[in-house]
Amino acid sequence: MNATTKIEPATAGLRVPRSRRPAWAVFGERAFEVLIHLCGFSAIIFVLGIFFFVSKEAFPVLGKAGFHLSQFLFSDQWYPTSEVQKRYGVLAMIAGTFSVTGLAMVIAVPFGLGAAIYLSEFCGGKRRETLKIVIELLAAIPSVVWGFIGLTVMSRLIVKFTGAPVGVNVLNGGLILALMSVPIIVSIGEDALKAVPDSFREAAIALGATRWQLVWRVLLPAARNGLLAAVLLGVARGVGETMAVLMATGHAVHIPHSILDSVRTLTANIAAELGEASAGSDHYRVLFLTGVLLFALTFAVNLTADLIIRGIRKK
Amino acid sequence: MSAATNPLFTETPQARRKLRQEALAKWIFASMAGLMIIPLLLIIGYLVQRAWPSLSPGFLFDVPTHGMRDGGVWPAFVGTIYLVLLSLAVSAPIGILAAVYLNEYARDNWFNRIINLAVINLAGVPSIVHALFGLGAFVYAARFGCSIISASLTLAIMTLPVIIASTREALASVPRSFREACWNVGATRWQTIRAVVLPNAISGILTGIILQVSRAAGETAPIMFTGAVFFKAVHKGDLFPYALHDQCMALSMHLFTLATQVPDVKESIPFATAVVLMGSVLLVNAAAISLRAYLRARKKW
Repeated sequence: MNATTKIEPATAGLRVPRSRRPAWAVFGERAFEVLIHLCGFSAIIFVLGIFFFVSKEAFPVLGKAGFHLSQFLFSDQWYPTSEVQKRYGVLAMIAGTFSVTGLAMVIAVPFGLGAAIYLSEFCGGKRRETLKIVIELLAAIPSVVWGFIGLTVMSRLIVKFTGAPVGVNVLNGGLILALMSVPIIVSIGEDALKAVPDSFREAAIALGATRWQLVWRVLLPAARNGLLAAVLLGVARGVGETMAVLMATGHAVHIPHSILDSVRTLTANIAAELGEASAGSDHYRVLFLTGVLLFALTFAVNLTADLIIRGIRKK
Repeated sequence: MSAATNPLFTETPQARRKLRQEALAKWIFASMAGLMIIPLLLIIGYLVQRAWPSLSPGFLFDVPTHGMRDGGVWPAFVGTIYLVLLSLAVSAPIGILAAVYLNEYARDNWFNRIINLAVINLAGVPSIVHALFGLGAFVYAARFGCSIISASLTLAIMTLPVIIASTREALASVPRSFREACWNVGATRWQTIRAVVLPNAISGILTGIILQVSRAAGETAPIMFTGAVFFKAVHKGDLFPYALHDQCMALSMHLFTLATQVPDVKESIPFATAVVLMGSVLLVNAAAISLRAYLRARKKW
């Protein structure tokens, strides 16, 4: 403003009134920017909201006489509807979750990382594009369809080949979960391999290394963190998966002794029993408490994966 | 060739072993990629084969009969469309504006790092925990009851990260020089976004919206306790069978019910339901992929 008044004498008589935007446009823009900021903050509000509402339903049970937190975490006795003595121990479900997820990772990690290596180092052009599209479609199949596949196709195959009495068990859930988490491991793993600078590859090839040596000695060590993050996100997917394991693992609440035992996972337990528990009852609140446990578990895993990925980007 | 005479270029046993090793490694990795895809194709083929007796256009438009043991999936199909559209109406504006904030307004400080972290964690929260949240927040606290509103709001929050992530990616791919040119002719930040950034990013935003649709259509756990029911009587071909405060059927829920709760269902019906659900989700996804490929090929910069 000052500048215009200073040069005024030189342009005397030629002064055109500076065109201004109408007040409503300026005000509208301000208002809209406030809205944009609010939407930006919404993710935090939603995450806090999830934690708040789930724990609001869960925490009243903590002070109840018949409930002990140590029993909840370390007992495998789950008798929520017993007349004489109700017991709420989720250890068997924790064991179920980790056995199924563990088996899934044993299968999915080598295959997922192998496929990621193949995609980023051994094939190119059209074939890579096609494979990536197939993997994207694989990731899109709804979990209830996977559960249905486990219940019908996979369980029959398992009974046929292992002679197990029931086909819905840890092995079934593990195979289904493996198929479900492979796409995540492949896409994040491929990103991690891509993030290794090309100069590393060029240096190795100039020294006469084969592609295999390049992968084993150069890329895997260099992309170690990103691959670890890929595995962690696969684990998070496995722990959080509900419908597929609900349908594919059977419904036995006990600590599994072999991969042909039926189990129940934390997620499946909530899905199976929430409909029967009356709102406000101890049983209902304990199920919400299981939700808090799951929230904390996946939060920790995702946070770790994110910190690892962020560490890579900084470098 | 001179290779025989020049010892420098003869194929030593070591080099041969190295090449063999390389071929073997390539073969192993390729088969790992293949082993992931082939079972999938086999399974899809098997599902379609088992579903074949029931698959017809009539299956889509028919209502379930004989206590869900026969008939079609129309009420479930319409219910899924209701849930998806309503959740899209909520999550698309919020998600797009949130992505605009994160990409255009946010500076790199601790607060915005927390927002990023929140988005990542929102994507990682298990679907059943979203269901618990929807039950606690929308069904009880907000008193919407078990209804289409509660279910679609739950779905909206669950699928928000999908839209945020792809919109952000789309916005980030608009070159910075476009914005600078616009600022230099005196446009404000929002005018620049509206006139330059958003039109150039529209393809990526659309892809994100389509992916949200496919994600929301397939989810079961979040709607199980917030608004989806096993059965609802609906007339054949009725386009508006539900009111917003009604409960509704949904394809994913219908498949779960048929597979686990209803005894003596006609064999091919659950398979056909699975094929319809998987088919519609994959079709929507394929649409997103081809849209992305088409627009990427047309891109001018």
